[in-house]
Amino acid sequence: MATTAATAGRIAATPGAARASRSLWSNAWWKLRRDRLTIGAFILLTIFALLAAAAPLLSEYVFHYRFAQQDLLHTYEKPQFDNLAYLLGTDEIGRSQVVRLLYGGQVSLGVGFVAALVNLTVGIAVGLTAGYFRGVIDDGVTFVITTLNGIPQIYLFLIIAALWQPGPYVLIAIIGLLNWTGITLYVRGQTFSLREREFITAAHTIGARDRRIMFRHILPNVLPLIFVLAAIDVGAIILLESALSFLGFGILPPTPSWGNMLTNGASYFVRAWWLVVSPGVMIFLTVLCLYLIGDGLRDALDPRLKTH
Amino acid sequence: MAQQLLEVKDLKTQFFTRDGVVRAVDGVSFELEAGETLGLVGESGCGKSVTALSLMRLIPQPPGRIVQGSIIFDGQDVLKMDDDEVRGIRGNNIAMIFQDPMTSLNPVLTISRQISEALELHLKMDKSEARKRTVELLDLVGIPGAKKRLDGYPHQFSGGMRQRVMIAMALSCNPKLILADEPTTALDVTIQAQILDLLKNLAREFRTAFILITHDLGVVAGMTQRIHVMYGGKIVEKADTTELFANPKMPYTWGLLRSIPRLDEKRKGKLLPIEGLPPDLIAPPPGCRFEPRCQYRRDVCKEKEPELRHIPNAKPDHEARCWGTQEGGWLVDTDWHREIGDTRVIEEIKQEVAQVTLEGTAPGAGTPPPPPSPVN
Repeated sequence: MATTAATAGRIAATPGAARASRSLWSNAWWKLRRDRLTIGAFILLTIFALLAAAAPLLSEYVFHYRFAQQDLLHTYEKPQFDNLAYLLGTDEIGRSQVVRLLYGGQVSLGVGFVAALVNLTVGIAVGLTAGYFRGVIDDGVTFVITTLNGIPQIYLFLIIAALWQPGPYVLIAIIGLLNWTGITLYVRGQTFSLREREFITAAHTIGARDRRIMFRHILPNVLPLIFVLAAIDVGAIILLESALSFLGFGILPPTPSWGNMLTNGASYFVRAWWLVVSPGVMIFLTVLCLYLIGDGLRDALDPRLKTH
Repeated sequence: MAQQLLEVKDLKTQFFTRDGVVRAVDGVSFELEAGETLGLVGESGCGKSVTALSLMRLIPQPPGRIVQGSIIFDGQDVLKMDDDEVRGIRGNNIAMIFQDPMTSLNPVLTISRQISEALELHLKMDKSEARKRTVELLDLVGIPGAKKRLDGYPHQFSGGMRQRVMIAMALSCNPKLILADEPTTALDVTIQAQILDLLKNLAREFRTAFILITHDLGVVAGMTQRIHVMYGGKIVEKADTTELFANPKMPYTWGLLRSIPRLDEKRKGKLLPIEGLPPDLIAPPPGCRFEPRCQYRRDVCKEKEPELRHIPNAKPDHEARCWGTQEGGWLVDTDWHREIGDTRVIEEIKQEVAQVTLEGTAPGAGTPPPPPSPVN
């Protein structure tokens, strides 16, 4: 019996025939699992997101302190373990820094991810269209992009933020609708080269429509690296939100965001260093995690870095 | 006369480039009956692939455009259809197999998705039906363990296997016509034979007409019923396959035949290449397009272009575009095996070729170029 099995194995030595097919994604996952740094970054980011999402519950049941609650008798409390609400100290009007940090995370992470989603949607759609149809459509898109890129971004955001009363939703709209140019340019460039490939001609020969070719044949080829761009984009948006809020044009107090907590804390830096350090560290860690994830995803997904 | 499946009349496809108008296909006409197989043979850059792409209206536009002619497929003019109608034909009635299976499959989509796409598009099959049919198709083209390999990606298949997948894709909707554009060029020789066999058998089994485009006369030899030889954007010789090999009537075809190594060759002679390159299709020679490279040329060749005309001493449907072999020409009785042309003319051609090479590489260099090496 053993001999027949061995013989059968030798005859049917068509590699891959017996093994299950490995897709791009399972390949990527296989590589990613060995990349401890990326996994670590991913776990940490997930924890941040969960904590932010659970902010109301935590403030109610763990810290027993609402985010707007003031206590003028306990201003500038140092970080301490005696009272959980003072875990990260209190600010100039006695608000709990840790609770505000959690709520701030909701805003900062929320704005980051949702605005990045808007960016991606607009960027992919516009990039694919411009790259695929070329000609006048591409000229129009390129014109808009170069114009947008020609204006220093921070001024643009400042002007718009000054015109509209900025809140989380306005901020998402502003950033989401202005920050898509990078993704568009990338997708457009990739589409340019992909549309000339033979397999796209092959897709034409089976009678596929333009939309089908764009979304079913070209997009899957661009998608892996888009995830990388998205991770970096989220990080950049969180920084941008912080910067805007820091300058006083982003999320307005009393709604906390990591950015405006930083602004606020800066005034009391000498007296209460913890007010600056805690949001700063959160921004730093979140952005670092996102960049690490982007980097890890690129290593896992980029076929040019494939070793086999 | 049977109903023609395909009737191409005076097709002209041109590319409008910065350097001028490239007349890639310049007045090509041919017919194809249902189930018939046709070989389109010629060197690279003779307009074979452009002809095939024109049939499906897939000429990149701009710079290309079909400026003249008609392509009657199944009674309808492809050139007069709107985009939707053309899409209805692509993949459904006319399918195409490409030269390089390495690049003509989408690397990030599974095999099953790529094959079933045409099924879903044209035959309106749902996912599970399409999947079932895909397994059948893969079995048909000889992919072992089709069921298991369905969700594989192209990079997990070898070159020959991928070409089989391409053939399965082409066959999926039971097209009436398959255009095979150098389907075996990218494959190694042992696989070539397998793929050609497969194509031949499938075409016979399903009564699919196909046009086999190749630069290798050896490939079409056992494959097709008729052969059209193309040169410089025009058809220069039309004949039955057996007739063409037994009795070729155009110096260009002779040249092609001479440059194929033969097992049954008695002489120990060298392979004879055709000197020079195909003509520049922006400014083709005013007379016969092959004249600059022809060892048998006379003055008339330079002045006037010959018509594609019936040839004496040949079967009735044998036509060639050559002053020499046409009625009253000087090559009518020439045995192309023995007489390889005027030695003086050959020297002339070699010199002209050398001149061109010199101009192209080292202007003003006085040393003669190395002699052109015989093919392999």
